[in-house]
Order: sequence, then structure tokens, then C-alpha cells
Amino acid sequence: MSKRVGIEVSLGVSEAVKLCNADVVAAYPITPQTHIVEHLSELVANGELDAEFVPVESEHSAMSVCCGSSATGARTYTATSSQGLALMSEIVYIASSMRLPIVMTVADRSLSGPISIWNDHTDAMSIRDCGWIQYFVENGQEAFDAHIMAFKIAEDHRVILPVMVHLDGFILTHMIEPIEFLSQEEVNSFLPEFKPALALNPDKPVTMGPVGVPEIYTEVKKAQEVALKNSKSVILEVWKEFGDKFGRYFNPVETYKIDDAEIALLTMGSFGEPAMLAVDELRKEGEKAGLIKLRLWRPFPIEEFLEATNNLKGLAVVDRAITYGTTGGPVAIEIRNVLYEKKDSIIINDFIAGLAGRDVRINQFKQMYYETKEAVKNGKANEYKFIGVRE
Amino acid sequence: MATIEKITAKKLPKEEILSYGHRACQGCGELLSVRLITKAIGPDMIIANATGCLEIVTSSFPDSAWRVPWIHVAFENAAAVASGVESAIKVLKRKGKLPKDRNITVLAFAGDGGTADIGLQALSGALERGHNFVYVCYDNEAYMNTGIQRSSSTPFGASTTTSPAGKKSIGQHTKKKNLPEIAVAHGIPYVATGCPAYPYDLMNKARKAAAIEGPAYLHVFSPCPTGWRTLSDDAIEIGRLAVKTGVFPLYEVENGKYKLNVKSRELIPVEEYLKTQGRFRHLKEEHIKIIQEEVNKNYELLLKKCECFG
Ligand SMILES: Cc1ncc(C[n+]2csc(CCOP(=O)(O)OP(=O)(O)O)c2C)c(N)n1
Ligand code: SF4
Ligand SMILES: [Mg+2]
Repeated sequence: MSKRVGIEVSLGVSEAVKLCNADVVAAYPITPQTHIVEHLSELVANGELDAEFVPVESEHSAMSVCCGSSATGARTYTATSSQGLALMSEIVYIASSMRLPIVMTVADRSLSGPISIWNDHTDAMSIRDCGWIQYFVENGQEAFDAHIMAFKIAEDHRVILPVMVHLDGFILTHMIEPIEFLSQEEVNSFLPEFKPALALNPDKPVTMGPVGVPEIYTEVKKAQEVALKNSKSVILEVWKEFGDKFGRYFNPVETYKIDDAEIALLTMGSFGEPAMLAVDELRKEGEKAGLIKLRLWRPFPIEEFLEATNNLKGLAVVDRAITYGTTGGPVAIEIRNVLYEKKDSIIINDFIAGLAGRDVRINQFKQMYYETKEAVKNGKANEYKFIGVRE
Repeated sequence: MATIEKITAKKLPKEEILSYGHRACQGCGELLSVRLITKAIGPDMIIANATGCLEIVTSSFPDSAWRVPWIHVAFENAAAVASGVESAIKVLKRKGKLPKDRNITVLAFAGDGGTADIGLQALSGALERGHNFVYVCYDNEAYMNTGIQRSSSTPFGASTTTSPAGKKSIGQHTKKKNLPEIAVAHGIPYVATGCPAYPYDLMNKARKAAAIEGPAYLHVFSPCPTGWRTLSDDAIEIGRLAVKTGVFPLYEVENGKYKLNVKSRELIPVEEYLKTQGRFRHLKEEHIKIIQEEVNKNYELLLKKCECFG
């Protein structure tokens, strides 16, 4: 039976990984991911989770251990953040090209320098093109559910790709929230045993990770791209199955009051909740405001996104990272690209906000809305802008 | 530890794990080392291979020279990938997903660059954590795959493409890093040096390393005709000279006990070894003297260890 408990979100994530019966967990501590892996090592130490916990000497080795164990046929999990993600990034790219269904939590945190332990998406964006399935969650319940679905998606033989679950560091990882737990029976009824498509086994030798000569490299990359794109239908199927079973649905593009909205805010991760409050206030002020929360980041949900933005005149993108030396933040750059066909009908304003845990207040979300409304009136998007910066 | 059957000329395993037809240079000592080691252990193994000559010449898709499961992930992480393989085997056995009595040897293969330099951290981590695996460093004393650049395992005086001999340089001016001793310092159950010029010694050490519970480290001197500028049929001769001059003594350290495996009453002068290779051609008498003194000092220290901790 499901039970509802008040628990720190990090521990909720570890409990979800436990319910998924991970075989190997390899991790290196970094704030704000630490509570997740501490709790997992505790669960292993207490005998509540029958897994190998490999306390590696770096994140580079964490992801390397994950590659070895996943390739041998073990259900494999790790978690990291910021510098850890940057350090392991070489292997993050290899894991997806080798089609290893590892699940990783990223407790999103800003990248050095300057060193900062606080939340933004600069780490996430640094590995944007790594070929993993990536999605963001907004609250504790979603964080719990997301991991149970992640293993199922990753290991599906129509997918066989690693999955990265992004949750905002501190803002989410360290909150105590009510989470409805699934029972072991419920998880077992949803998540089948891991059956690797290929595994390292002397009974049937395989060569994994060979040299890709020019005659084959392009084909391998095309196959990888097709696999990631095709994974979307399985992601949607798994999310729907989870919703039908347990009553909580994930959508690739979550929307709030979008139907009659003319101008919407766009957020990823935990900023969705304050942005909703801002939309509520704007509605009280008589504004046709709405909100788009981009959950699925890779593969990018192009159709769903186009549908959600169908009636919009303006979009205020809240970017939590910078792409230095060009036209703003990575999310806005991507959105402009996706909306290229509609460039004459939708004004896109880009706001770089909430770097390294800098608070973004309701008023500031409203300011982004009103500035976008003004831009719509002028028929011209503003240049990207840092919110709340002292100059 | 189960009793280990000793390999002799009469009891030589016939099965080849590493197939012929790979793309190594003629007379490559590295491939020979790996061929002997894998042959000695037998097919129940999984290999994690670091980037480098061995990986490149054996795995050009769609060809593979491997008759056993083999994985290559990156350059610096063979020990970590092997840790993952070993952890998976352990838990899958415990959960009944692999037969409990199945004895699969997990091997990590890496060059001197992948071991002494960029992979040292991953190696140290894996040894310290105590995974049940065999780490093999095939030492050809430079980064051969990328074009003979120096590593910290390149010996004093060797000319490489990044420690070239020149008017103001004798080539590599640092001492060779002592990797076997670094492995010993981890307190692991088995460390040994080997060389394909002594095939039975090498194969029996590989068998022992595989049979021992816990981490084992094999450091294998692997002459590289291309990088050392020798003829392609010189690898065995040079390997023998390296041992007989004391440049690369063959010894093992089992649970802290040192044992010299190939003893020479008297060491041959190092010059005999140095003059076989183009990479040392520029050395003058004074440099050879420095090398000789260093070899004598190290050899004596090793003998003392064998005496005190034998
Ligand atoms: C992170 C990283 N840095 C550098 C390289 C380039 N690289 C590939 S193999 C190699 C040298 C390998 O030398 P060694 O480990 O001694 O093996 P050998 O080829 O000599 O057998 C280098 C520098 C790489 N692949 N990855
Ligand atoms: S360069 Fe040296 S180590 Fe590499 S394949 Fe040729 S002989 Fe072997
Ligand atoms: Mg080398």
C-alpha cells in the first residue's frame, strides 16, 4: 500500500532507488547531492538494499564504475552535481554512446568559477549534448516518481539509453516534503527485472567500445540520434502507464493556465512553483498570463512544445545558465530555434535569472511577464537580460 | 586460494584468447605480453581495456581480436571500469543471476601512460577498495599509441618525441616512476613484475594473480620495437637483457613477502642493454655511468627487501 510521509527529498530519491532494487551504486560526494548517496550507503549497510555500494575516489571513476557494472548486466545508479558532473563529463558522453542504461540524479548546482554550492542549471547545460535522456522535476513527489520511471525507460529494449533526472540543489534536495511512497509490490508490478540486451559474459563474448573508424563513426552517431529521438514514444508510454497505475502523470511539457494565455513564462525545474504564483497574481490583475514548464529536455518534445505555444503572442524564457558570447541563455536559444517557423507571431524574451541560488521573487517573474507584454506591443523582442543584477 | 597448476612447456594452454590478425606492429612486446597472460588465465574472464596501442590494434570495428568479453571506455579509467564489472559480478552472484560457483577473472589492461600518469588515481582507488581483479600494466615506457611521447615510466636518458635528445637535453631527465612499489604500498595481496622474454615466469604469475582473492597488480616490461627504435625481432633479446642487467628485475611480492624470481650472480653492464636501442643512442659515457649507478642502487635495495621481507 502507498503511504504518505514527510521526508527530505534527497532521502525520498534514495528510497525510490532502493525500491527499484539497484544492484550497483557508485558515487562520490558533492554538495548538494550528498544526502542521496549517504542514505543509499546507509540502506546498503543496514541490509535494506542488497547492492554493491562502490565508494569511488572521484566522479570520473563513479561514471566509469557505472559503465562497467551496467555493461555486465547490473542495474546501476549514481548521483552527482556541478563540478562532479563536469569531472565525469568525458564518461557521461561515452555511457550514452555505449547504450548503457544507467540512471543518474543531478542535484543541479552552479559550475565554478567562482565556486558556488547553490542551485542553477549551469551544470546541466554543460552536458546538454551528451545524448542522455534528461528530464527535470519540480517537487519531492515528482523526484520520487521520476526515478522509478527512469529505470523502466532506460532499460526498455526499444530505448537502452541512460537517463538523467535533474532536481534543483537545496531548493529541492534539502526540502522536507510530503511524498506518497509506493510499496515494494507496487514498484515490482511496474518495473520489470533488468534484462540487458547485451552483457559482458564469458559464455557469449562481446567486444564493447571498439574504435570507430571514419567509415563507421557517422553511422554510430546517426544511430544514437535516432535512438534518442525514438525514445520519446517510450517515455510517454511509461509516464502514462505510471499515471494510469498510480494516478500521477508526467507530461513532457507541463502547462498552467495556458489555454487562453497570450503571454507565458517558461521555466524548468523548481522555478515552476513560484512562477505559478506569479501567474495567479497576474490573472488577478486581469492579465492573460500562463506558464510552460519544460519537463522533458532531451529528447526535446518539439510537437508538444509547438502545441503548448500555439496561441501565444509572447514567451518569457527564464534561463538559469548562460551561453557566453552569443544571444543569451541556452534554453532561449533552443526555443527560438524550435519556434523558428513562428518567428513572426511569437516574441521571445530571454531572462537570465536565479544563478547560483539567487532568489527570484514573484515580482520579478511578473516583471519578466510585463516586459514581454511590452515587447509584444512593440512587435520586437528585447535583448536578453540578467534579472536582479547589480551593475 | 585453490591450488594452481603450474604452466610448463608440456602443460602449455593451447587456447588463444587474443586472436592473430590484429594490427600491432611486427614484433610488438605489448601484444605478446597480453597474449601470454590471457592464455595462462583462460577464457573465463572479462577484460576492461584502457585506450592505447592494445585497444586500438585489437578493436577496429567491425573487427575484434578478442575471444572473451572485452570493454573499452576511456584512457584513464580501466581500473574503475574493472571495479564496476567486478562489483556487478559480485552482486549478480549474490542475487542468483550468475552462478555462485562461477569463477570469472576480471582484468584491467592499461599501458604505462594509462597507469603511471592519467590512470594512477583510478588504479589507486580500485586497489584501495580491494576489488577482486587483476590489473596489468604493459609498460613500453612511453605513450606509443599517440606517437612515442614520454610518460613518467620513461627511463632516464631515453629520447622520446616530447623528451627529445638535443643540444641542451639528454632526453628524459627524470627517473622512472616505480609503479610496482606504489602498488605494494597499497598493501594488496599480490604484486609482480614480468616480461614476455620469460614466458613461463609471466604466465605463472598471471595464473597466481587470477587465483588470489583481492587485487593483484602485474607490471609487465613490454619492449616496443617502433618506439624504442629496434629491429622487429629484438623484443625477446631486449627483455632478457633488461632482466640480466638489473634494469628490470623480475620479482613478486606476495602478502608483503618479496621474492626475486630470476637471479643473476652478476649483473651484465647496462651498456649492453642501452646499446640495443635507438632511443638511447645519443647517451655519452657519463650518462651511462649515472644509469649504471642508479640500477645498482635499486637492485641492491630490492635484494635487501628480499632478504628482510622474504
Ligand atoms: C583523456 C585523454 N587524454 C589523452 C588521450 C590520448 N591518448 C590516447 S592513448 C595515449 C597514450 C597511451 O599510452 P600508454 O598508456 O603508455 O599505452 P601504449 O599506447 O603505450 O600501449 C594518449 C596520450 C586520450 N585518449 N584521452
Ligand atoms: S607502437 Fe609499440 S606497443 Fe604499439 S603496437 Fe607498435 S610495437 Fe606495439
Ligand atoms: Mg606505453
